[in-house]
Amino acid sequence: MTSFWSFWVSIISLGSIFGCLWLIYVTRKSQTTDTETDQTVGHAFDGIEELDNPLPKWWLYMFVATCVFALAYYVLYPGLGNYKGMLSIELEEGSVPWTQVNQWQKEVEDAEAKYGPIFEAYGATPIEELAQDAEAMKVGQRLFANNCAVCHGSAARGGIGFPNLTDDDWLYGGSAEAIKATLVNGRMGNMPARGLNPDMTNAQIDDMVHYLLAFSGRSDDQEAAERGAAMYQTACAACHGPDAKGNQAIGAPNLTDNIWLYGSTPKRMKHTLLYGRAGVMPAQSDRLSEEKIHLLTAYVISLSQK
Amino acid sequence: MSNEINPITYNYKVVRQFAVMTVVWGIVGMAAGVFIAAQLVWPELNFDNQYLSFGRIRPLHTNAVIFAFGGSALFATSLYVVQRTCQARLISDSLASFVFWGWQAVIVAAAITLPMGFTSTKEYAELEWPIDILIALVWVSYAILFFGTITKRKTKHIYVANWFYGGFILTVAVLHIGNNLAIPVTFMKSYSIYSGTVDAMMQWWYGHNAVGFFLTAGFLGIMYYFVPKQAGRPVYSYRLSIVHFWALISLYVWAGSHHLHYSALPDWAQTAGMVMSLVLLAPSWGGMINGMMTLSGAWDKLRTDPILRFLVVSLSFYGMSTFEGPMMAIKTVNALSHNTDWTIGHVHSGALGWVAMISIGATYHLIPRLFGVKEMFSISLINLHFWLATAGTVLYIAAMWVNGIMQGLMWRAVNTDGTLTYSFVESLEASHNGYVVRLIGGAIFLSGMLIMALNVWLTIRQTSAKALDSVPAQA
Repeated sequence: MTSFWSFWVSIISLGSIFGCLWLIYVTRKSQTTDTETDQTVGHAFDGIEELDNPLPKWWLYMFVATCVFALAYYVLYPGLGNYKGMLSIELEEGSVPWTQVNQWQKEVEDAEAKYGPIFEAYGATPIEELAQDAEAMKVGQRLFANNCAVCHGSAARGGIGFPNLTDDDWLYGGSAEAIKATLVNGRMGNMPARGLNPDMTNAQIDDMVHYLLAFSGRSDDQEAAERGAAMYQTACAACHGPDAKGNQAIGAPNLTDNIWLYGSTPKRMKHTLLYGRAGVMPAQSDRLSEEKIHLLTAYVISLSQK
Repeated sequence: MSNEINPITYNYKVVRQFAVMTVVWGIVGMAAGVFIAAQLVWPELNFDNQYLSFGRIRPLHTNAVIFAFGGSALFATSLYVVQRTCQARLISDSLASFVFWGWQAVIVAAAITLPMGFTSTKEYAELEWPIDILIALVWVSYAILFFGTITKRKTKHIYVANWFYGGFILTVAVLHIGNNLAIPVTFMKSYSIYSGTVDAMMQWWYGHNAVGFFLTAGFLGIMYYFVPKQAGRPVYSYRLSIVHFWALISLYVWAGSHHLHYSALPDWAQTAGMVMSLVLLAPSWGGMINGMMTLSGAWDKLRTDPILRFLVVSLSFYGMSTFEGPMMAIKTVNALSHNTDWTIGHVHSGALGWVAMISIGATYHLIPRLFGVKEMFSISLINLHFWLATAGTVLYIAAMWVNGIMQGLMWRAVNTDGTLTYSFVESLEASHNGYVVRLIGGAIFLSGMLIMALNVWLTIRQTSAKALDSVPAQA
């Protein structure tokens, strides 16, 4: 801040505290007695009088003590404008003044020193090996609970819009490399409304639902399913493949396995076709270290191996 | 009658209106609180209905309790006290009428717009700009009414209760207008003129002083009249009044930034918030000491007078929460308590223990006097209400302490590998029992309010009771 504001902040901060001390001082100085009294100050309001009792001593000392604490704190910590305070923190880069950012940096460095080697060792272990290591998977489970469970659920079974990670059905592939890429960079799945045919009518969407239901033997209208199959080839096959088995390169789900990311009811399937879907897996590389992502990859793999 | 030629009469009509609405809005606001407390135990209770969802009913609860219930208690008592201690009638009956009906209109508008989802998103200042303008108009009218009456006073000095009421009225005007400055875009939508950290700082400067001035200074005004009046004793120390009044009002305005510890707020502002909050301990306790010690020589009355019990226990809760507050403002403590139920417990030891109990005590003192009867219909019902209120408050705050400290400890627990021991959901599961106890405590407190409503109604409908509009000042 500019030196004017620095000065202003300092003056009003210290002014408040010294003002309190002054107030205590003058009130105490003018006391007529040091002990409890029956003497009133002489005015009455609706029958209420006020005694001229002295300030209670213990209270007075407590007040002064908090003021002294305040002044000491202002000497040690940043508070008086641009004054940085006397406290310093030892970081790897050297001694720096106390600030909340430096305090945080210090805690990060301490944690890094304490826990870094554990994760370095995990980072150097091949994923397949980690997935078999019970101790490592315990750590992976904790990381999962605090970073992934919010969407995928604490049992990793997912929910509507959030993939189940325990079923060995993969939108973007289930290899270690593919899972790691998903974690590092995130994914953006985009299902356009009415597929690639914006002219698809609502009746044709109903047919399409029958076509899709037929894969799991749930359609009761074979003619509709057949009409849907014809429309499928022009509007959907480009992404989901001519056999509707999906395409992991672009995250297009397999439509034949009766696993439905956005719900398996005809109503939900119709909603997907009418309005499209946009699924987002956020990139974790800004939030988690490489080693932790490595460990989480192993954990996710272990989930579908159970 | 003191003066046969030109008798002074007091305007009791507005006091009576606000006193009755204190009970009504108390029940409404606390019922909303019990409802959302039940939602935290059984989330299904929002019935998948947007108008009943926690996010919309919670601001309704806070606004109803603070501004409708607390506000009505403050209007009723301040307009009663200022007349009686200044020996002067309110300067204008029509202005008093406007303040009453204007404030009721604000409350009704809040009760409609908050469940509909209209919100400025600022805590305790959620109301949108047209309602904010109405609040400002009512508040300025209230200030004119109050300070106008003070200038007409027959007494030489101004009684200490009126200092606190005056400080509360002036500061709340500044806070309300300052924090709610916004650019309207449609009839019910506006954007704050502040942005980012500055907006957050403005909000908590307002938010904490809603506590400091609305819920503390104003209620100390109530304390300074009703405690000595009910106890029939002189105020303990005039000197203490002076020191703690000036220290309290000058330090409280600093304290808001303790809501933003370890945030984007610059270090110096966080330091100021913490340090000033700590220094605030003694000035806060000054009010408690002055109230408690006023009873010296009259302690025996506590055995027979449940109204006095309400007033004294409210002071104990005041002392407790004004000790807890400065402790929670210390950064290391705050790092544990922030975002946990501890904060909710702290607020309610103030709101139920202090604000509600002193308002209830003052209302029991007022109702018979405003309806020209000797005393409340049933003293034993007041006593029952007292025990329900105390038990409800203790259950509520104990549950939130346990929950809050547990949450804070669970969130920071780490394993030997540095990973967090608990996920958020686990801390939520662990909080369930506390939520049940909190619901029970809140329901007990609310049941006391219903008994109060019954007692007030039975008092008012007695054949000897008549609503007093204008009362001659006693010599």
